[in-house]
Amino acid sequence: MDLLLVLVVVALIALLVSAPLRRRGALEEEESAERAELEAARDAKYREIRDAELDQRTGKLSDADWRAQDRALRAEAVDILRRLDELGPGED
Amino acid sequence: MLIAGKACLILVLATSLYGIAASLYGARTGRREWVASGRRAVYAVAATTALAFVILEAAFLRSDFSFTLVTTHSSTTTPAFYRATAVWSSQEGSLLLWLLLLSLWSSLILFLTRRRLREIAPYATAVLLGFAVFFAAVLVFLETPFQQASPAPAEGMGLNPLLRHPSMMIHPPMLYSGYTLFAVPFAFAVGALITRRLNADWIRGTRPFTLAAWFFLGVGIVLGARWSYSELGWGGYWAWDPVENASLMPWLTGTAFLHSVMIQERRGMLKIWNVSLVLATGVLAILGTFLVRSGILDSIHAFGASTLGVPFLALIVTMIVGSIVLVASRASDLRSEHKLDSLLSRESVFLLNNLVLVAMCFVIFWGTFFPLISEAITGEEASVGPPWFDQYTVPLALMLVLLSGIGPVIAWRRATASNLRRNLLKPALAGLVVLAVLAALGAASEPAALLMFGLGAFVLAAVSQELWRGVRARRAMSGDAAPRALVQLVRRNRRRYGGYLVHAGVSVLFIGIAASSSFQDEKEVLLKPGQTATVGAYEVTYVKPTADLKAAPNGRLEKIDFGARLRVTRDGEKVADMTTVKSYFPSLAPFLGPISRFFEGEATSEVGLQAGWRRDIWTAIAPDIGSLRPRIEEGDKVFSGANLSPEQRDAFLGQALTGLTRSYANDPPPATFRLIVSPMVTWIWIGALIAFLGGLIALWPPPRGARSRVTAGYAAKVGREVRIPA
Amino acid sequence: MDPSRKRKVRFVVALSVAVLLAGALVYTSFSASSEARTPSQLMTSSEKGKVYKLTGKVEPGYTRKGTTTYFRVRDRAGKGSVPVSYDGTLPDPFREGREVIVSVRRQGEGFVGEKGSLITKCPSKFTAEQNKT
Repeated sequence: MDLLLVLVVVALIALLVSAPLRRRGALEEEESAERAELEAARDAKYREIRDAELDQRTGKLSDADWRAQDRALRAEAVDILRRLDELGPGED
Repeated sequence: MLIAGKACLILVLATSLYGIAASLYGARTGRREWVASGRRAVYAVAATTALAFVILEAAFLRSDFSFTLVTTHSSTTTPAFYRATAVWSSQEGSLLLWLLLLSLWSSLILFLTRRRLREIAPYATAVLLGFAVFFAAVLVFLETPFQQASPAPAEGMGLNPLLRHPSMMIHPPMLYSGYTLFAVPFAFAVGALITRRLNADWIRGTRPFTLAAWFFLGVGIVLGARWSYSELGWGGYWAWDPVENASLMPWLTGTAFLHSVMIQERRGMLKIWNVSLVLATGVLAILGTFLVRSGILDSIHAFGASTLGVPFLALIVTMIVGSIVLVASRASDLRSEHKLDSLLSRESVFLLNNLVLVAMCFVIFWGTFFPLISEAITGEEASVGPPWFDQYTVPLALMLVLLSGIGPVIAWRRATASNLRRNLLKPALAGLVVLAVLAALGAASEPAALLMFGLGAFVLAAVSQELWRGVRARRAMSGDAAPRALVQLVRRNRRRYGGYLVHAGVSVLFIGIAASSSFQDEKEVLLKPGQTATVGAYEVTYVKPTADLKAAPNGRLEKIDFGARLRVTRDGEKVADMTTVKSYFPSLAPFLGPISRFFEGEATSEVGLQAGWRRDIWTAIAPDIGSLRPRIEEGDKVFSGANLSPEQRDAFLGQALTGLTRSYANDPPPATFRLIVSPMVTWIWIGALIAFLGGLIALWPPPRGARSRVTAGYAAKVGREVRIPA
Repeated sequence: MDPSRKRKVRFVVALSVAVLLAGALVYTSFSASSEARTPSQLMTSSEKGKVYKLTGKVEPGYTRKGTTTYFRVRDRAGKGSVPVSYDGTLPDPFREGREVIVSVRRQGEGFVGEKGSLITKCPSKFTAEQNKT
């Protein structure tokens, strides 16, 4: 009884672990990974832009500093969006 | 099922080793399918460990005494809930739980980040599986939970009654979740260092899990303090015991890390600090796990001396040496992008915050390990007590609270005088007013507590000011009414406002600690029924004794309770009626008499606690068993002389014990009472709840940003999408 | 002062403060600590008035008078034992044969325990000697 259970577990582990090695189609996985990375970077960048603005409005960032930071952050955001579009159309 | 359990652990060990090899191979050769296979090895480890855990749990639940572990930690008279949780009251079971939580959290996190951080993840996987290898090896070769008891006895020894409390049972899983979750940023930091990808990406990717670790570890610590206060017979919540300290240290460096990374994200500074802090936190988490079970330091908690000292020490040394080597060799990649412009700036405050938290951690570390240090240096083992710890942690805590008020409101880069005035004036005034009022009311007798009250008020005022200003800013942008603006503000800036709430909660917590430790009234008295003692402003009267026999669900006798009913009055008015009891559990040692075994086993206190908004009244009783000894011995003699069948024995035993309890109730000897009146203890728990609520808000994932593919001008798109309500 | 020199000064100041604080810490820890002693060690030599951290096992046969307990602490593995008087409630796990840690001060021929310093070790669940008192 115990032995049977153990053999089943061994088989399941082997199946689970070897699945990626038996599969093809790695290329699309690459793309979706890059998309996920860029989307996360984009969301983070938006948060940074909002954060900076909130800091400026509550008096923690001087106007001059904020304008410079905002400009730089928006430029970085534009860059990320461009790279996202270059990946081609994806899921919506 | 013992064999199945052992086999599962061996499979865990083998799979972990495979996973390390696969991940590293995939990382070096760039072959993603091997990396994926390594990640799946983590899932397999989690599933197999879970299976082993289920096997062990099932054995406990059905009281299968062929498992040695069940025999030594459970019994048929243990209620089902405690049978289930007794699994981790043992060394072996707790190690299995640690491994389970490590593999479950690792699986979850690696699954969620499977498409991100692709260069770092394989190395992180390898590190996490490295921990799994260690714990699995310990479980397979040194401390197996699946030891066979032959012959299997008919009854177990039972769970230590001290552990029969719900929060004592949730405490280990919470703590271990905290420790194992801190292993994750540790692993990713190692990966980031190895691959030299040291920009803020790895921090961003792992932040939710670092925050979760901080959350769980914090909850575990507070639960432990609460249990100590409401269940143990000494009436305190923190004793600077080595094991308490062991859980606090990684939490402190983890807190420092969570703050310090904000500086790296905004200004690219403090990079060396950040990797060092997160690596230190991982090391301290393992050290914390190790201290409880090594027996190297005297502690109430210790699981006991064991064979685990050397392996754990080896692991810790490896982690420390590896971390130092990695950081030193990557120093050039960890250079700051900017320099500190002014000492009056947010960057500077955060740096100071790091220093204070690390200093506190160092103080606690030094005090905890002092017995070993002093032995190494002077040859004599010496130890320091709570007063030494307090001497250093109190000023540091005061600084911490001060910084938590200044940090959120001070400007970046350089704070001008007008800027400081605008942001700090009102909160500072609030703090000073509170200070002055309380001093006038007599609190100046405890300057440290008074200062903490003032600083706490300062922080709460600063947080309120921030909320107010944020709402005003939001209304300027969206035109919402104030309540809606507040909700939207917090929703869209969860990390910021969750963090502010944490600061508020921590301030309340410290106010509670300051009040309850500095203005406490305590007394130990011997009272006969009818007598009264005065504690602080209250009179406590011993009204009458209580004596009960308590049966377990299966009908056998579980314990004998001797206690007292008390009445508390203030200025003649009744405040509360309280009961406090001492429970006596029978020992199973065979050479004890049937009656006296009840008083040679474990005893626990049922504390009488009247909690309130302004103060807690805490009582515990130590009945004088000595006067009952003659009767007890007489009873034992009668039993040993007579020749009784088991049923007769049980019947007469019941009668004898009932007689004993009745005699205690009718003619009680004076009992010793410990009476404590502590102001504002409840606010410690409330403060903790507020802080953890703030943590949850900060943790909560915001809804995903828009993914529209409409190709408008990018700049305009950014403008639009930044505004989309999140 | 140019910025980089200012930074160097700041760093040196910060480091010095840290070193000074660490020094204070180390010093006070040695002077505020109490040495651990076994009963035989205490029997051989003990200074009057100095606080020691006594570790050992509780010998069978202790008595209580009022709120004070009189018990003897024996070497973990040996013959030496010393008498201790302790005022206050005993911790719940306190039993004959259990290991205790208590801060004591010599008074005459015996030792007086500091209030609140008595710790009884929770019995280990992992050795064969459990529950044998």
